[in-house]
Amino acid sequence: MRYIPHTESDVQAMLRAVGLPNLEALFADIPEALKLKGDLNLPRALSEPEVISRLQEIARMNGHPSDHSLFLGAGAYRHFVPAVVEEIVGREEFYTAYTPYQAELSQGTLQSIYEYQTLICQLTAMEVANASMYDGASATAEAALMASRVLQRKRILASSALHPEYLSVLRTYLVNLKMELQLIPWGRGEGTTSLPEAEKQLNSEVAALILQSPNFFGRLEEGSQLAELAHSQGALLIAAIVEPTSLGVIQPPGEWGADIVVGEGQSFGNPLNFGGPYLGFFATREKFVRQMPGRLVGRTVDTHGRPGFVLALATREQHIRREKATSNICTNEALCALAATVHLCLLGPQGLAELARLNLQKAHYAKEKISGLPGFDLPFPGATYNEFVVRMPRSAVEINRKLLKRRIIGGLDLSRFFPEMDDCSLFCVTEMNPKHEIDRLVESLEELTKGVK
Amino acid sequence: MISSGVGQSGLIFEEALIFEKGSPGRVGYSLPPMDVPETKIHNLVPPSLQRKELPDLPEVSEIDVVRHFLRLSQWNYSIATGLYPLGSCTMKYNPRVNEQVARLPEFAHAHPLQPEELCQGILLLIYELEQHLAEIAGLDRVSLQPAAGAQGELAGMMMIRAYHAAQGNPRRLVLVPDSAHGTNPSSCSLSGYSTKALPSNARGLIDPAEVRKSMNEEVAAMMITNPNTLGLFEEEIIEICQIVHSHGGLVYGDGANLNALLGIARPGDMGFDLLHLNLHKTFSTPHGGGGPGAGPIAVRAALAPFLPVPVVEKEGNRFRLNYDLPASIGKLRAFHSNFAILVRAYAYLLSLGAAGLRRIAEMATLNANYLRTQLAPFYHIPFNRLCKHEFVATDQVQQGFGVKTLDIAKRLMDKGFHPPTIYFPHIVPGALMIEPTESESKESLDQFIAAMEEIAEEAQRDPSSLTSAPHLTKVSRLDEVRAARELDLRWKGK
Repeated sequence: MRYIPHTESDVQAMLRAVGLPNLEALFADIPEALKLKGDLNLPRALSEPEVISRLQEIARMNGHPSDHSLFLGAGAYRHFVPAVVEEIVGREEFYTAYTPYQAELSQGTLQSIYEYQTLICQLTAMEVANASMYDGASATAEAALMASRVLQRKRILASSALHPEYLSVLRTYLVNLKMELQLIPWGRGEGTTSLPEAEKQLNSEVAALILQSPNFFGRLEEGSQLAELAHSQGALLIAAIVEPTSLGVIQPPGEWGADIVVGEGQSFGNPLNFGGPYLGFFATREKFVRQMPGRLVGRTVDTHGRPGFVLALATREQHIRREKATSNICTNEALCALAATVHLCLLGPQGLAELARLNLQKAHYAKEKISGLPGFDLPFPGATYNEFVVRMPRSAVEINRKLLKRRIIGGLDLSRFFPEMDDCSLFCVTEMNPKHEIDRLVESLEELTKGVK
Repeated sequence: MISSGVGQSGLIFEEALIFEKGSPGRVGYSLPPMDVPETKIHNLVPPSLQRKELPDLPEVSEIDVVRHFLRLSQWNYSIATGLYPLGSCTMKYNPRVNEQVARLPEFAHAHPLQPEELCQGILLLIYELEQHLAEIAGLDRVSLQPAAGAQGELAGMMMIRAYHAAQGNPRRLVLVPDSAHGTNPSSCSLSGYSTKALPSNARGLIDPAEVRKSMNEEVAAMMITNPNTLGLFEEEIIEICQIVHSHGGLVYGDGANLNALLGIARPGDMGFDLLHLNLHKTFSTPHGGGGPGAGPIAVRAALAPFLPVPVVEKEGNRFRLNYDLPASIGKLRAFHSNFAILVRAYAYLLSLGAAGLRRIAEMATLNANYLRTQLAPFYHIPFNRLCKHEFVATDQVQQGFGVKTLDIAKRLMDKGFHPPTIYFPHIVPGALMIEPTESESKESLDQFIAAMEEIAEEAQRDPSSLTSAPHLTKVSRLDEVRAARELDLRWKGK
């Protein structure tokens, strides 16, 4: 076996050194009744070329991405990943290293995380960011728990225009902790969180109001008004930024009053990968830093006064505080955070602005064209970024099925989460959709719905 | 002949923060052209919602970025660099072919919400990996959703709660041995359970009598790591599980230490009802400097109704994701799983087969016992008997010379090795927890033994060379007190 270096003579020499007669004897402490008598029921071992062929064969059972044009977003976004990102993430020194507990041997990982923390603060206009969480959804749940710790309050208000999967994760995390989750409906005809409803539900028992912008329907939220409302009851405002490339053109949550900013960092440097691994980012105000979950990297000096980096404030964490820790999280998603770091460095301020402009303009072009088709309209007119909801003259299921025959992966059929919206699709357009693809989508939608009222 | 090991000289580059490099106007990006007619931004985004000032990101070219991160990478130690004997972390070789297949475009560019007919390969892989892991664990069903071991634990504890709640009483308490990983009690808290620590006995094991004493109808479960964090097999495991079961409790397995049992014995057969596995430990997926990993949870059939959604189901030759599991604990993260990590673990299992897995357990155990017996003359080993994948040594002998575990760990760096896990488990003062894994050859272990022997000898002769170590790393010991007191968590401008 090529992954195991032992020769037969090594094994014999080592057994002699240990003082055991054979390999069997290494397991003498396991009760006989528990020992497996035969082999595990697994497929036979494959050679390396066979492994590659088998995985290629499995991969081919999927659609090939270059055969289809894709208009799906909803929490996972297809953006261009520069070649440099994959090359750097593929450096063994990064990807085969462990968590940087031993700082002197981990300065590369530590400095890159410190840079990542800085980039997240710059992007969100916040004061402090952690080393990353599992994904945007679990980061949102951790933010709710943190708000509850900070204020010692047990109720969380969430906008119902928050990504439905984020809401499910939130429910899972809160249900056992005697915390209450209340939803603020979105305004009909608006698709944004209803201010009067928020005002009605907010009181001094609420720990936090969770708001996503752009929200699940792609709509930009009036964050500052909701933040003011939350603050007037002493509650925190948690902003969930599920598509952070939007921050190249949209006001960052730190400027409109968010107290905790979480989100999904996949858009920067991480391929879609069928949903993971992604990275949750998590930022807040300095005054809350000791209540934060997750790893933090801090700059300090060594015994010679030279600058260096270490894991900071570990006393919040599970390996020290055990049942009293701020979270049970152990690792972060360091390699995904590195990909995001490299991508953001390559983009710079100008590239970020350009990327956001491309997404905004192309999505707007598609939105105008599609909503102009006979029988199509926008149930939630108003400002969007790179996603928008369209109401169609036929069911989304049917339209998507027909689009797929033309090798187009249409928008998200909203009946998946909102059964009453079965004629609505959430379309996403990024810099990866050239104009001719958008035009073909528009033409196809027109042809597929011809003659329907 | 030049022996492998640390060099006598080196060329290490200093490297500023990326924010301190570059120049206004320099760019490192290339984006597709704007090929649609543009609309005035004020017509698209109300001015009050626009970003007024762009973030102060670095302005650097592509070569600046490449050089910067390459230099940073050279400051890291990694499993590709050398022996990395971190106890309970299973730092084994990460096969390169796994990286290659995980990047196949049909996997890497698959959208998590794309139509199921375009995901059949992905779903087949998930389905088969679940089956293989269930077989290895000796349990019935597996969810691959948890993003890490700690999230697997959380899923498990939530399922335990849901299981008891369905029977009318969620119960209150979870028993956790004092040698357990810190994530165990912390995951209990997050699931609304209090924990009770159970002391280990003089042999470093769980005492069935202690379990019997603490077990009652208010105890939901007991969490057990087997082999435990001392590297010892819980010899009374069958009786312990029976005691817990006799009071209606469940037995949760922390699978961090599964490497020593692959193909030898199965947690399900021992009496465990749930077990999380760490694909980034036992199944060779890279640690990535602290993630991403994956922490699948395997369960007995009675717990299957509570699995997180979605679950993959096979209908004829087709696979589909089923979200309709009424008793499910729900979702722990968005979408299905850390799928790209699953591909790596699947490729690893294909490469090994049943015999290969068993060989791993054998060689991992042989390596640990070889190190234990060869280090015993120089270091105090509190439980110096047959161990599994790891064992614990201490600084008891060296303390006599004013040398602590931390000093031994730091000095090992100068000898070209990553230190073991230190000061864990807490029940052993000054613990050095050593797990070599099966990846290391006899020569590599012999070099490590020689380094440890030298350090033991230096402790007597020249303790200051240890207490001031490391000397050869890019930085010397860092001031952690200052890091906590004068928090500097981001770059704040020139």
